[in-house]
Amino acid sequence: MDPVTLSRLQFGLTTVYHFFFVPFTLGMGWFVAIMQTRYYQTKDETFHKMAKFWGKLFLINFAIGVVTGIVQEFQFGMNWSEYSRFVGDIFGAPLAIEALLAFFMESTFLGIWVFGEGKIPEKVHLASIWLVAIGSNLSALWILLANGWMQHPVGYVIDPATGRPMLNDFFALITNPKGWIFFWHTIAAGLATASFMILGVSAYHLARKSNIDLFKRSFQIAAIVGLIASVLVFLGGHTQGQYIYQTQPMKMASIEALWDTETPASFSILTIGDLSGKREVWSLRLPDLTSFLACNNFTCTVRGVNDIQTEYIQKYGPGDYIPLMVVTYWTFRLMMTAGFLMILLAGLFLIAQRQPIENAKWLKWVPWVIALPYVANMCGWLLTEMGRQPWIVQGLLKVQDAVSPNLTTLDLLISLIGFALLYGVLAVADVYLMKKYAIAGPDAAMQESVDVTPALIGTRD
Amino acid sequence: MLLLRLSGHETDPEDNMSHEFLQTLWFILIAVLWIGFFFLEGFDFGVGMLLPFLGKNDVERRAIINSIGSVWDGNEVWLLTAGGATFAAFPQWYATMFSGFYLALFLLLVGLIIRGISFEYRSKDPNPKWRHTFDWMIAVGSFLPSLLLGTAFANLVRGVPINQNMTYTGNLFTLLNPYGLIGGLTMVSVFLLHGSNFLTLKLDGDLRERARSASKKIYWVAAAAVVLLAITTYIFTDISTKIGINPGVMPIASVVVLLITIYFINQKMEGWAFVSTGLHIVLTQIAFFTLMFPRVMISSTNPDWSLTIYNASSSQYTLSVMSIIALIFVPIVLIYQGWSYYMFRKRITADKKSLVY
Repeated sequence: MDPVTLSRLQFGLTTVYHFFFVPFTLGMGWFVAIMQTRYYQTKDETFHKMAKFWGKLFLINFAIGVVTGIVQEFQFGMNWSEYSRFVGDIFGAPLAIEALLAFFMESTFLGIWVFGEGKIPEKVHLASIWLVAIGSNLSALWILLANGWMQHPVGYVIDPATGRPMLNDFFALITNPKGWIFFWHTIAAGLATASFMILGVSAYHLARKSNIDLFKRSFQIAAIVGLIASVLVFLGGHTQGQYIYQTQPMKMASIEALWDTETPASFSILTIGDLSGKREVWSLRLPDLTSFLACNNFTCTVRGVNDIQTEYIQKYGPGDYIPLMVVTYWTFRLMMTAGFLMILLAGLFLIAQRQPIENAKWLKWVPWVIALPYVANMCGWLLTEMGRQPWIVQGLLKVQDAVSPNLTTLDLLISLIGFALLYGVLAVADVYLMKKYAIAGPDAAMQESVDVTPALIGTRD
Repeated sequence: MLLLRLSGHETDPEDNMSHEFLQTLWFILIAVLWIGFFFLEGFDFGVGMLLPFLGKNDVERRAIINSIGSVWDGNEVWLLTAGGATFAAFPQWYATMFSGFYLALFLLLVGLIIRGISFEYRSKDPNPKWRHTFDWMIAVGSFLPSLLLGTAFANLVRGVPINQNMTYTGNLFTLLNPYGLIGGLTMVSVFLLHGSNFLTLKLDGDLRERARSASKKIYWVAAAAVVLLAITTYIFTDISTKIGINPGVMPIASVVVLLITIYFINQKMEGWAFVSTGLHIVLTQIAFFTLMFPRVMISSTNPDWSLTIYNASSSQYTLSVMSIIALIFVPIVLIYQGWSYYMFRKRITADKKSLVY
């Protein structure tokens, strides 16, 4: 395989993996902060246990998010040195600001929160979990502003000497609507991810009639937040669609498998393409819906892939400007399905609480809903990144011109296989611990570790 | 006036904050970030490497981990900020170094990943084998970054093959030359000493005495390594032509400070021993960055192809914006991070009841 493909594979693998853990961190931080605040206000021991129990799951997940985040920052230079040279005047700033404003805050205060209980004033301990939640969400803002710039470059001029974009409007960079819509979509997705984890785990315990009071409260708050967050994710996504239609028409058309320009444009429920994924064979369509997704009305014209391809060849020179449609098309539909199911289920869970929920027969099936936001998160990320292909920076730089020129296939195979193995082992350890602590329940979370007290070790060495 | 320029104005060449001044300022700022990182994470790495050797049982090992438990993650952010700041201020330096040291950085990342995970996961399961494994991963995950960063920094000052397009033309083995390895071993041994001094300061009882005797042994290795590095620096770098045979106050003081550490260790002056290894790290880094300046990547292929703060930097506008942000937020970070150390200033005893897991 060529270095570009290997570097893309590695970046895709490490990014999707990182983002598997991030949304839960983003959302769960707020939940734990709110639970601990309720404990602080009421001195109700149930809230204390809630904060400890969900906090334990938060910490197990947080660790992997942090360590895999370091890889992300390094990889731009390691694998994409030409990209880094090209965009350095602009893209480095939000990354540096992310570290300075957000990473320091979440890491320092997480340490204080974990080690400070009972040793520092209660108010300070409470403030520290809020600062962790704010810090991690702040970090999402800056990295999404950076990514927003790759999707929709703003605030720059091209330096005539080097041909590279130079920052000339920092304010435009940090108010890029693309980044802020991403932020809205992602923060809401984080809250939804945490909500569905809480719903699933609470249902597991309610079905077994353990800690009914604690898990009923958890279930209730997660159903409310989960419903609001899922609706917000949908609205953010819909706003995003209209923005994509204006700024990245090719991504829009490829999401819809819309080959030819239509007025108004229909929505494809099912399209079968040929093996290359770039030609349509047969499709089943709903009239006018794509126009709604793109412009918020049922009548507008949506440009098709063929038209845009012709335009781009004139504008940027010969080349294939069509993303891998089988990916954009299906990830969008999977994401939408998961999203609508989440809205529906959160609504049903909310209504179901009018009766004593712990007696409901269907509770034992609820843990499966934990998977829904994870599917949606992963699909959304793949969609937005692969929908930008062949560009790494929309309209300015192609992926094939961004890769580090000095790397050999062997270098890349070593790192790709190395990361894949290491990440695989970490995933096993994470799932093992998450499951163990989720099942063990709140009483175990008050302890250092589940099961028995540790035997003395190391007497042999 | 500068704030007004944040929004859509062309850079004014008459501006009193000249480009050259900003380039120098950011070189210094990045140096400060590395110095902070090595000073703070230096003892974290040392403590990590010592963990399986000093802690005889589970409670002792937990006490050792807790000595850095609340701070190691915040300390590591200094590295991330140094990386981010290099990207923002000197994108060419970031691109050349990170792509050039590819496999070394891959191994560094592996080290940081397994270390970070182990701190969080080792006590989450009571199985002795589980804990034993994670303890060793902490040690390896602390050793690898120390070795690799020492090797990388020695190579930076020695010069590495870079062509006229600012692209590194060597491979991993290019870095494993004698001087690079001396740099790596020096960093490992100095961090071990810094870590054992820190533990002597931070722990209590039997563990404290064990850390002290570890310091006494490690001292001789570290002292020999530092002297060897100082001498070989005259052979492998351009110090004698750039600075002169007399290297100036900082490098001499850095060696002297390390050599007198043994006095503090023997006199049981724990605070001073820790300060002197810390000071040694700071002074060594100052000497390093002075020798580099104004270059950021020295080309051993052709000195004219070296990257400098002038040909590797961002535009004046980007540097001005970043300077304002750094000016506001660096002091805030320093205050709350300093405060977090103050809050956990108490010594830690290897007593199960008082330990946080």
